[in-house]
Amino acid sequence: MSKTSRTLITMPKTARKGEIIEIKAIVQHDMETGFRHTEQGKLIPRDIIRVFTCQFNGVEVFKADFFPAVGANPLLIFTVIATTSGTLQFSWAGDDGYLATNQSQITVT
Amino acid sequence: MKNQRRQLLKAIGIVGLVPLQQAHATPEEAASAINRIVGTNAVKEGRVQLELASLIENGNLVTIKVSTDSPMSQSDYVKAIHLVAERNPLPNILSAYFTPQSGTANFTTRIRLADTQRVWAIAQMSDGSFYQTYADTLITSSACSEGFI
Repeated sequence: MSKTSRTLITMPKTARKGEIIEIKAIVQHDMETGFRHTEQGKLIPRDIIRVFTCQFNGVEVFKADFFPAVGANPLLIFTVIATTSGTLQFSWAGDDGYLATNQSQITVT
Repeated sequence: MKNQRRQLLKAIGIVGLVPLQQAHATPEEAASAINRIVGTNAVKEGRVQLELASLIENGNLVTIKVSTDSPMSQSDYVKAIHLVAERNPLPNILSAYFTPQSGTANFTTRIRLADTQRVWAIAQMSDGSFYQTYADTLITSSACSEGFI
């Protein structure tokens, strides 16, 4: 079974058609850089989230590639146009088979 | 005798400095990372803005806000924004990809900065043009100093 962790999405439940909504997506993850050593001098292997995607009713509207310079518990605040009612799906995929998903409904009037 | 001592001290000085220099990327490496993104295209100034505090106490979690001046229509939108650091172990920080349905090409995130340095934002437009901007920061406690090495 692949690794996963907690995620949190903050966004409006309803919106007018064509409105630009702001989405806050945060995920619990250490984002181990692969540059740190233990006290014994052993290199701690890299373990990061590589890619975040946001799909609106199955169509990708936003994507981000993460590198080790992204801070622990990565936060992204971005925008999407509310076109129709439906589901926004969020996914975070990373090293060592890591995968976290979340989804949120929106009603567009 | 005195001369030998001087040479020895010099040698220690050189050995001591080498690992320090390798720990961070250089502005040249950042420039080559930017070159990999833009290829042979000309990069213009403007259209993209970076919001980053000029004095940062802790480099482990630095809020960075990127905004772009674009109508985000089907024919004219921002395809991608790449963040590049000059003195981090790796130059690349994050790349964000947008579609016309993104509405805006603005985003906020939190990054690690290893040292006092310049951060670049490169915006790739749908017509293939590139725009860039930078922000300078001063870090008092870097993401490398404690528990990093």
